[in-house]
Amino acid sequence: MLKDEDRIFKNLYNDFGWDMDSAVNRGDWSQTKDIISKGREWIIKEIKDSELRGRGGAGFPTGLKLSFAPKQLGSRPHYLVINADESEPGTCKDRDILRFEPQKLIEGCLLASYAISAHACYIYIRGEYIREGQIIQKAIDQAYEKNFLGKNACGTGWDLDIYLHYGAGAYICGEETALLESLEGKKGLPRLKPPFPALVGLYGCPTIVNNVETIAVFPTILKRGAKWFASLGKPKNTGTKIFCISGNVNNPCNVEEEMGIPLKDLIEKHAGGVVGGWNNLQAVIPGGSSMPLLSKSICETITMDFDSLIKAKSGLGTAGVIVINKDQDIIKCIARIAKFYKHESCGQCTPCREGCGWMWRMLERMADGEANYKEIDLLYDVTKQIEGHTICAFGEGAAWPVQGLLRHFRKEIEKRSHEEPLIKKKSNIPYLVDQHLMEKDSA
Amino acid sequence: MTIKKISKIQPETFEFSKDNLLEVEKEVKKYPKEKKASAVIALLYLVQKQNDNWIPLAAIKYVAKLLGLPYIQIYEVCTFYSMFNLSPVGKYFVQVCTTTPCMISGAKKIVEICKKNISKNQNELSENKLCSWTEVECLGACVNAPMMQINQDYFEDLNENKTKEIIQTLLEDKMPTPGSAKNRKNTAPETGKTTLLEEKNA
Repeated sequence: MLKDEDRIFKNLYNDFGWDMDSAVNRGDWSQTKDIISKGREWIIKEIKDSELRGRGGAGFPTGLKLSFAPKQLGSRPHYLVINADESEPGTCKDRDILRFEPQKLIEGCLLASYAISAHACYIYIRGEYIREGQIIQKAIDQAYEKNFLGKNACGTGWDLDIYLHYGAGAYICGEETALLESLEGKKGLPRLKPPFPALVGLYGCPTIVNNVETIAVFPTILKRGAKWFASLGKPKNTGTKIFCISGNVNNPCNVEEEMGIPLKDLIEKHAGGVVGGWNNLQAVIPGGSSMPLLSKSICETITMDFDSLIKAKSGLGTAGVIVINKDQDIIKCIARIAKFYKHESCGQCTPCREGCGWMWRMLERMADGEANYKEIDLLYDVTKQIEGHTICAFGEGAAWPVQGLLRHFRKEIEKRSHEEPLIKKKSNIPYLVDQHLMEKDSA
Repeated sequence: MTIKKISKIQPETFEFSKDNLLEVEKEVKKYPKEKKASAVIALLYLVQKQNDNWIPLAAIKYVAKLLGLPYIQIYEVCTFYSMFNLSPVGKYFVQVCTTTPCMISGAKKIVEICKKNISKNQNELSENKLCSWTEVECLGACVNAPMMQINQDYFEDLNENKTKEIIQTLLEDKMPTPGSAKNRKNTAPETGKTTLLEEKNA
């Protein structure tokens, strides 16, 4: 288990207060000037050496991402955008950073902005986090008072302004290009890539978009050294991570742990075990709702890092662990996730807009035992037609959990489905009906 | 995608109050001069704040004029984002999270209580016109499931009795105390921390 001294977020549960004085006591804003005096290349190299991977879901190497920004400031300004639009079901880690460790994030913003030559940084926070937004705004104001931000920020000679921007309740705005569209005051429709935001981003200017947790670990990595960070976890899956363990566990909680911790340890040691005991475990969704679920046999041995989970045909995602025990109807659980994606699809690409509704309705029928065998393969076919045929990764996020269900719980669905009738009647499967006619309650 | 119902009863005009006009100036200043459009969402929030938590069509026209943008650009933003209400909601607007982590922790019971105590269908005002409720997607407090948001505050770790109590308080036109119903500390395990045991703020 990770030692307390190696944990980055010491105020994860707000034992010590989030205000500036407490944060400075915890070591924030120390050595900031020295780090910046070492120069851009040094910062980027140090982040590369630490092998930090983005904490927002995709796990892209952060150092590499920083290096995509143009080296010299041209005629267009550079921007740093912090993605605090945390809406992935099962995930609530950024919320704790925003409300209890805001100075870590703000200091990280200064270091990252300097590394990519940005003078302006926007924090895009989800609209529902009103209280968290108020805290981060106060924290920004406190940093201005101390001259840690603004002209000659923290005595480094670099000018930086940080602005807070609220979203308004759209999951899709967590996708980086949709986030930029929303920041420009439009609907959050993802953009086609390339060009990538690093070259053409916010207002057409070079922009680096990073998750809250990724930026908030910057100061500690640069202060304690890349070697320290890289020594934690596994090769290429280094460092620490905040895990959110929710669902059917005795003590749901957020906890910062080393990457590569066994899932069983995480559940038994920190979350107080599965409700009804380990044998009552049915499945675990390891990384927020978009990741395929894992069956109990995989959960026995799996370790929580990007590469091992990919091998198990799932993913670490945002590390929002949703534990589902045998008292729950697994098909209903995934049907609810499918409904979430149906609700949140931006509607830009046809396969996703229509397909998400199809998947939801098919799964509801399967959960109620109204489906027949033929539909199981049909459902798989629908997921395959969404995956990879959309502008952004939302399509994958919607299709994967359903594929995970089919991979591990096909027997369960078959048990409930009925045989095809011997005399084949014209089967009337109502998936092609206009969506809105189907939803009397949720219109 | 959800359908948004636009209220049939609409006020004729809308104007920001003096205080809110100052706020508008502050919001617009956050963005580069020629990129005023970025402030749309912030301005719509101000409209909701001033107009009992919903946006009338007159306000959409007003905001469009204020920012020098086409009406339709503001309108489509209003209908795209789920947090903008285009018809009146209760003074106490209860949003119950029903996505999977909350669902398996018992969100259905919370919904039943809302149906029984506030109004039969969602987005309808309660009998005394104070309260309305709706089901929403994940609110990002999954570790504290089941939970609901009332206006600006999160009510976490709910159980049936506590929810009934909270809703009763609302119907009496009082704001209950937000936070965890189990009195647990934020997102720490309920029975005591397993990490950060030796940390002191020094």
